Amino acid sequence: MNALRKMLDKIKPTFNEGGKLSMFRSVFDGFETFLFVPNTTSKSGAHIHDAVDSKRIMIMVVIALMPALLFGMYNVGYQHYLAIGQLAETGFWTVFAYGLLAVLPKIVVSYLVGLGIEFTVAQFKGEEIHEGFLVSGIIIPMIVPVDCPLWMLALATAFAVIFAKEIFGGTGMNIFNVAIVTRMFLFFSYPSKMSGDSVWIAKDGILGLGEGTVVNGFTGATPLGQVAVSPTTQTTLVNAVGEPSTILDAIIGLIPGSIGETSVIAIALGAILLLVTRIASWKIMLSIFGSGALMAWIFNAIGPDTAVAALPWYEHLILGGFAFGAVFMATDPVTSARTEAGKWMYGCLIGALAIIIRVLNPGYPEGMMLAILFGNVFAPLFDYLVVQRNISKRAKRATKAINS
Amino acid sequence: MSLFSKENREAFLSPLWMNNPVTMQVLGICSALAVTVKLEPALVMGLSVTIIVAVANLVVSLLRNTIPNRIRIIVQLVVVAALVTIVSEVLKAFAYDVSVQLSVYVGLIITNCILMGRLEAFAMANGPWSSFLDGLGNGFGYAVILVVVAFVRELFSAGTLLGFKIIPECVYEFGYMNNGLMLMPPMALILLGCIIWFQRAKNPELND
Repeated sequence: MNALRKMLDKIKPTFNEGGKLSMFRSVFDGFETFLFVPNTTSKSGAHIHDAVDSKRIMIMVVIALMPALLFGMYNVGYQHYLAIGQLAETGFWTVFAYGLLAVLPKIVVSYLVGLGIEFTVAQFKGEEIHEGFLVSGIIIPMIVPVDCPLWMLALATAFAVIFAKEIFGGTGMNIFNVAIVTRMFLFFSYPSKMSGDSVWIAKDGILGLGEGTVVNGFTGATPLGQVAVSPTTQTTLVNAVGEPSTILDAIIGLIPGSIGETSVIAIALGAILLLVTRIASWKIMLSIFGSGALMAWIFNAIGPDTAVAALPWYEHLILGGFAFGAVFMATDPVTSARTEAGKWMYGCLIGALAIIIRVLNPGYPEGMMLAILFGNVFAPLFDYLVVQRNISKRAKRATKAINS
Repeated sequence: MSLFSKENREAFLSPLWMNNPVTMQVLGICSALAVTVKLEPALVMGLSVTIIVAVANLVVSLLRNTIPNRIRIIVQLVVVAALVTIVSEVLKAFAYDVSVQLSVYVGLIITNCILMGRLEAFAMANGPWSSFLDGLGNGFGYAVILVVVAFVRELFSAGTLLGFKIIPECVYEFGYMNNGLMLMPPMALILLGCIIWFQRAKNPELND
């Protein structure tokens, strides 16, 4: 650690004003503050500083995402080998290696494009480099199907970073969650690569790994996709080769879906870390799950006569991106509500809306993405309501005190 | 006043870019979002609006001293409505396909803010020739923005321009796909925003 500090101190003058590489000051500054908590303090006014700065928070979220990401890689391999009928004779590490090879390029592309734009903009404006993309960059590959082409991912990431973040003023200023906007762009631009039955399972070999052809009876539909097209109200969910799949598969995460969203257990591990470190708000998570469950239960009781309305409330919470969105995306401190009462309203809106979209819109088997975007729009309004209510309450109290 | 005096040139040229009705005054946005999916309807729409604004400006400017002030809006509307009806009928007769694509938006030119804005702000106070030039300039300014937006939208949503294939088939074989978001109005709004962004970045004096 000391050696690293010394090296940074030694090369620092080259980047300072007048130094040889002063034009890259923002880059150097970004790396320095990434490695060491800066010891500068504000010089004027009254500020409250947390001991943890935003770069440390971001890293914590990335660590919390790791279980879901690693399991997602394994699941990509698992689904592939299941589809080509070679699961039984393939070892754990081969399966994982296949998933790693399939997912790694997406992570690299997402970081390269996103950080490239952030660095360029910071350099151009002569500002500090914002750290916000650390988390977005890892979430983006996790919420796309494994078959999503890299150029689409790059285009969508560039669109989201520029139009959802930089034009609003960078990290901390954005109205919409950047990763959600990336997915939204992909979803509406290239629907055939983002939804349907053929994109969730990798079918080709990578670098000679996992060569083979898809077995007969292959179906690539996600559980929610199957429920959405089910003709009866009772759906038997099947896995990629047409065998029935159980609720346990969905909890462990061995079902087709976006790369990081499938495993409830892995997401729960991340959620525990986020809650213990108090980075994510438990109020938002609880209200999303609570209102989602309530809404699903209401649809069970009085909903339309379709399979998705009859889906039990716990399956609604387990399947699809509900859990991932509730834990990692809706709790984004920048785009969620900031007042405590506002967080409850924000969470309730997202949870209920996600289920409403799933049930009532046959075009969208999954509603979490749109629900969170909608919640993002309403978050400032909730905050405004809470603050105004507080102001009028205190004003009333003050006049009462004066009058008495 | 000579035909091409400085004021007259200014009346024609400034709405083309520096005082563009769409990007600077943010008028006529609704139709700019609605008819720009393909280049052809955008061209026809731009041309129709240009003709209507120019002629309406001319007529109202000729009548301006005889119009009673209290009913001037009604008179202006009658003039515009007559012109819109003529243009709409002409389109139906000679360019039926485009008029079907434009659907209600030809009729809705009557509610286009650029029209009433120019009539009220310019034609009621200026001579016929400069009013005509002002109408032409504003119409072209509107058309230019429509064409730019429609160009990008058609190119990326269908790979064509005016119906001709521009992006070659071999690019599609490499995995390229048409962008579905370009078909939707939000993308037109974002493109308009980009044009405004570009314009204000180029001309910092426009920022307020």
